[in-house]
Parts: sequence; structure tokens; C-alpha cells
Amino acid sequence: MSPTYRFSRRNFLELGIAAAFVGSGCSKAKNKAWRFFTAEEAKTIAALSEQIIPADQDPGATWAGVVNYIDRQLCGSLKRFRNNYRQGIAGVEESSRLRYGKGFGALDTKNQIELMHLLENGKAPGESWKRTSSSEFFALLVEHTRQGFYGDPRHGGNRDAAAWKMLGLPYPPIRGRQRYDLTKG
Amino acid sequence: MSLRPVNAVVVGSGAGGGIVAKQLAEAGLSVVLLERGKWYGPFDDRKDDLHNQTVPALGNAFGPDEDRNWRVAVDWQGKESVVHPSDFTYLNNAGCVGGGTLCYGAMAWRFMEKDFRMRSTYGAVAGSTLEDWPISYAELEPFYEKAEWEVGVSGDDSGNPFKAPRQRSLPMPPLPPGREHQILEPAARRLGLHPFHIPMLRNSVPYNGRAACMRCRWCCGYACEVDAKSGTQNTVIPIALKTGNCELRTECVAKEILTNDQGRVTGVAYFDAAGRLQEQPSDLVVVSASATESPRLLLNSKSPLFPNGLGNRYDWVGRNLHAHMYVGASGVFELETYDDLGPGASIAVCDYNHGNPGVIGGGLLANQFIRTPYQLTGMHPPGAGWGSAHKDFMREAFKKNVVVMGPVQEMPVFTARVQVDSQIKDYWGIPVARLSGYRHDNDQMVGDFLAGKAAAWLQEAGAISIKKLQYGPPKTLSGVQHQAGTCRMGNDPQTSVVDKYCRVHDVDNLYVIDGSVHVTTGGFNPVLTIMAIAYYASDNLVKTWKGTHGR
Repeated sequence: MSPTYRFSRRNFLELGIAAAFVGSGCSKAKNKAWRFFTAEEAKTIAALSEQIIPADQDPGATWAGVVNYIDRQLCGSLKRFRNNYRQGIAGVEESSRLRYGKGFGALDTKNQIELMHLLENGKAPGESWKRTSSSEFFALLVEHTRQGFYGDPRHGGNRDAAAWKMLGLPYPPIRGRQRYDLTKG
Repeated sequence: MSLRPVNAVVVGSGAGGGIVAKQLAEAGLSVVLLERGKWYGPFDDRKDDLHNQTVPALGNAFGPDEDRNWRVAVDWQGKESVVHPSDFTYLNNAGCVGGGTLCYGAMAWRFMEKDFRMRSTYGAVAGSTLEDWPISYAELEPFYEKAEWEVGVSGDDSGNPFKAPRQRSLPMPPLPPGREHQILEPAARRLGLHPFHIPMLRNSVPYNGRAACMRCRWCCGYACEVDAKSGTQNTVIPIALKTGNCELRTECVAKEILTNDQGRVTGVAYFDAAGRLQEQPSDLVVVSASATESPRLLLNSKSPLFPNGLGNRYDWVGRNLHAHMYVGASGVFELETYDDLGPGASIAVCDYNHGNPGVIGGGLLANQFIRTPYQLTGMHPPGAGWGSAHKDFMREAFKKNVVVMGPVQEMPVFTARVQVDSQIKDYWGIPVARLSGYRHDNDQMVGDFLAGKAAAWLQEAGAISIKKLQYGPPKTLSGVQHQAGTCRMGNDPQTSVVDKYCRVHDVDNLYVIDGSVHVTTGGFNPVLTIMAIAYYASDNLVKTWKGTHGR
């Protein structure tokens, strides 16, 4: 087979395994906006992911439903990362308040990006990052944001196949079949 | 509970086991083919860029399932983790009828003559168990040909002056060259290289009752929607079943190989699809379960005569786990390179497999399968991992990007190994595989060399920005779909597990026939060699078969 391009999640494994046994559940309540995230957590993830893939002439992560993707998958295939998110989001908020005196969502773009570079390099302030690594959480979030933005819309992100439209890829992705003459088989 | 005895039980229906089952069944032996996974057809292909066998971000499409399978991975510092099939460190291979051949990219390489004589060619390498194979390319050549014609290979390697001699050309022509091929070919020639069409286990024209490739972009990691890709599940296994001598039992998980007090094997104990423990008596057992699961099964088959597991008298079972570090480069061009024509990979050079000054071994270089947008996100230049730079990179690069990569011929390492864990058991209560050790330093040196050559090729072709790529960093354990080496073939029972016919040294009715027996695994995708070995070993098995004994 060909080389794999899959992202090595070696660094996340230890925390991930621990998270698999944490019972922090998924809500099925109809009056709740999110399955796993609290409303505040979702705002933090939205602000972070929007800086990871910002809107410009093309839609950004928020519009494309990246928060929905992550929230949904944390109650499904990515459930082993629940604890990483719960701790990571708390850490981002702590860092933001320590450094700027307000929550991450309330920062201007410049400060958000500045803090994200600190997170990425493991230099963000706060007690939270003594228990968990900010750079590992940031790398995890970047990977999941990319999945939610560029992945198949069936998983809850990439709304209206916006990312594929941006790249000029046709949707639905069945090229090949259209020009295939099945009578020759 | 004991079932009706058969001549042979084959454990695993991948590249090796599928062929063995067919060869034995055609020779008139009664065969039970056990497969832990399901039998998927072309219509099970979901074309899901996050849920497939190459990118299992949300799980593997073709198994094994996350809920019942796990392993213990030990990193180079000794830290243990329980890992699941979608974790990279699980070193997964597909768990389904056909195994990896259902969903592979399907490159169909013959190894070169020197790949069977690595020790003679390069001498002893410190820290490695590098050795020659007990068989030569020439002995395997007729069986390579059989695999090419029976399973079905397209391509054209007549332009490859480095290839080992072949008696017969490939049965199908290559697919017409795509845009990447047209860009890379003249550049390779300007560099003095010898480019040619990659041999592929894929129909370029209708062949053996199956259709030709429709050139969609969903190939490596996916099942083929029109069944143009040739795996054992759509070639030899249906033929085996048609003989009436072979019974395929899916969703059956082997627990252990049974032995008697004469030291011979008597059958296989397994859990069937309903989870019931069954015992299938047989005259012989063939283990074809992959280079992680085959040693696991041998090590889990303990008895008073074999206290350390079958074939493990000298502690070689599970040793020398290796595969391929993948290296190369991604280049962005000024003009569009994207033509949306699958499979994408089509042009290769073997100029760097051997004879590289100061380098032990080498590997092929080839352009790669079409990248999905998510796959491309991992190939960004420094500083473009996120933010505006990331988005600009994706828009700029997606249709102007060419990737050239290749597998590094790895040095086998004795301490890179599969064991069975003493405490952790899987869903069925079977001790899980425990993976530990890491790759040889030489792999990194070859990798750096090969990545530089890939970058030079892209540069000559006109790439305006180039990023080197490497999958398989130092201090990590190699494995995944090219896993090999754990039940080494050799003449000396003290330094190998099976003889030159794949028979376990001290058990005359037990065979291992899959990538596990590879002494080294070339700078090539290994599947055609696994298939050739399966034909070759089956041929000998049938010739020496004297009928049911001891019954």
C-alpha cells in the first residue's frame, strides 16, 4: 500500500486513553445547543478555530461548522479526547485571564493570535498547563479543526462543502463515475 | 466443541492466506479459511475522507473494530499505552477478507536481486540483524509471474534498467499517464534517471471478468467501487470457494493453535462470529495473519512442549518487526498539476534502490495517490499550519501540488518486536500484542538521502516551493501496512523461525506464510512479494503433501 498521510497522534495517546474512561457524558437534551460542550466552552472553541482557519473571501471554521463537528465527534469516534478538551479549554481561559484580564473570546484578533502562538509553543501561563500540555492540546485542536473544515460534510463540519468549493473540488465527490462507461466492464 | 476435521486451516485471508487457501483447495485439500473481519464488496465503499484505511481520523473502514481490539504500545522511553486500531502506534493492517489488498494503493513491485542478499551486498550492520534470505530472486521469479497473471497487474517496467530479470511481461498495459506523470517524466530524464510506469494490481483494461479502473480519486485506503483493483477477495478467494474444497469463515478470531504431545499441531481454537469457542481439527495449520498477529498467535499457543509459544524455542518469534519509513517531498508548481485522474501514482524510478555511495540500501521514488484536502493540510510549509497562511497555502497548493515519495529499505532490529502482554487481554480474553523497540538509525540516513533526491526531482520539474516529508520519525517503531520480519525465514533454526519453505523449524505441520517471513522487506511495497512467497510455499506444501496422517 502507499504511504500513509495520517497524522500521528502518539503525543495525545496517554491523555486520550485516560479520557476514554472518564464519564463526562454527552447530553441529548433538546434545549441544549451542544452535545458535549457547555455554551461557554463552545464559544472558546469557536474563537480558537476561527483563528486557525479564519474567514476571508472564503468561509472560516465557525461558519463551516467546525465546532459542531468537534462537539459531535466528542460524543462519537473522538470520545477519547473529551478530557483533553475539558482541561484544554479551561487552560486557554485561564491563560487569557492571567495575561489579558479577560476571556479568550473577548480578546481582539491580535491578542488571540499572540496567545495561540504561546499555546502552540508551550509557553502559555497558568496552573492548568502543569497538568496537561498546551502544545499538545493546541496541536489536537488544529488537527480536529482541519478535519471539521476539510472533511466530508456527513460528519458535521464543512457546511455546504464550503472547503471543497474553496479548492475547486466538485461536490458530491464522485468524479470518475461520471465519465465511466459501465458497459465496457 | 470439535468440528469435522479438515486437511488445512489457514488463519487470515489477506495477500498470503488467500493465495494459500486457493492453491491448497485446487490441489484437493480440504481447507477452512478463518478471517477475523467481514467480507466487503465494491458497494461497501463509502468514499469517506475521514473514515478509511489510510486516514482513520474517525476510525478504520475495514477493521479491526475499535471496541474489541487493542494493543499495548511501549515507546522508546518505556512508557506503555493501550492503543486502538485508529491510533497510529497500533500499527494497524486492515481486518477483512482480502486484508490490506481490499483497500491498498496496489503497487505491485518485484524486489530486486540484491533485496534478497542484503547482508552479502552491504556486510554486517551494527545494531541490525541484517541477513540474506535463504532463497534467491531466481527461485521466486516464476511465482512473481504467477501472482502478476493470476491476481492481475498492469503497468510497464520495460523502461526500468535496474529491475531483476523477468521471463514474461505484465498482463495489462499501464493506464494513460496523467498530468503529474507528464510533468515528472521529462524532468527525470533530464536528471539522467530512468522513469517508468508503476506496476499496479489494478485493471487498466477489463481482465479476469472484472472491469477497468474508472480513474476516480478514491483509491488508496478505499475499496474499489468498480472492483478494478485486484485483491485476494475478488480473485483467488472466490476461486478457492468455487473448488468446493474451501470454506471461508468470517468474523472468526483465532485464539490458539492446538498441539498434541508428539509436538505436532492438531488444529485451531477460535471464537466464531457469535463469540462461541470452536475447535477446528486439521492435519496442518497455516498462519497468515500479518507480521503482528501471526507472531501473537504463535506466542499465545503455549503448551508443555512449547512453553514459550510455537516456533519460539530460540526466542525469535516476534523479533525484527520492521516495515517502511516513508520519505519524499511535496512541491508546489506555478501551473495546475491536478487533473482529478486517479489513482494518481503512476511514475517511478528505481535509480536509488541500491548503489548509492555511502548509503546502505535505498528505496524507490514515485509520485503519490491523489491527496484529499485533509491529507494536504499535513504538508504545509513552516508557519502555514494555521491562520491566514494556512488558508493561502491550501488555496494555492491544492491543484498545483505534486508529491514524490518512497519507502526506505529498513534495517531489521532484534529488539523491535511483538510480544504478548502478560496482563491485558482483548474482548475475547486473548492476550494482546505488545509492541516495543524502535527503528535503526540507518533508516534516517537513507531517508534523508532519498528525500533529497525526491526534492531534486521536483525542483527539476519546476516546483517553486518544496517541503520535505517524512513519515516514521527516529525512535519510533515501524509497522502498519507493510509490517514484516517477525517470523524470519532462514536455514538456521537458532536464528530464524521458519525454513525456506515457510515451515516452522521444529513443527513439521505448521507454516507461517505472510510478510512475517520476510528477512528484509526491500525498498518497495511488499505485497507482490508476499503473494509470490505464498504461491512458492504452497507449491512446495502441495508437492510434499502425503495425505492425512495420524488419523
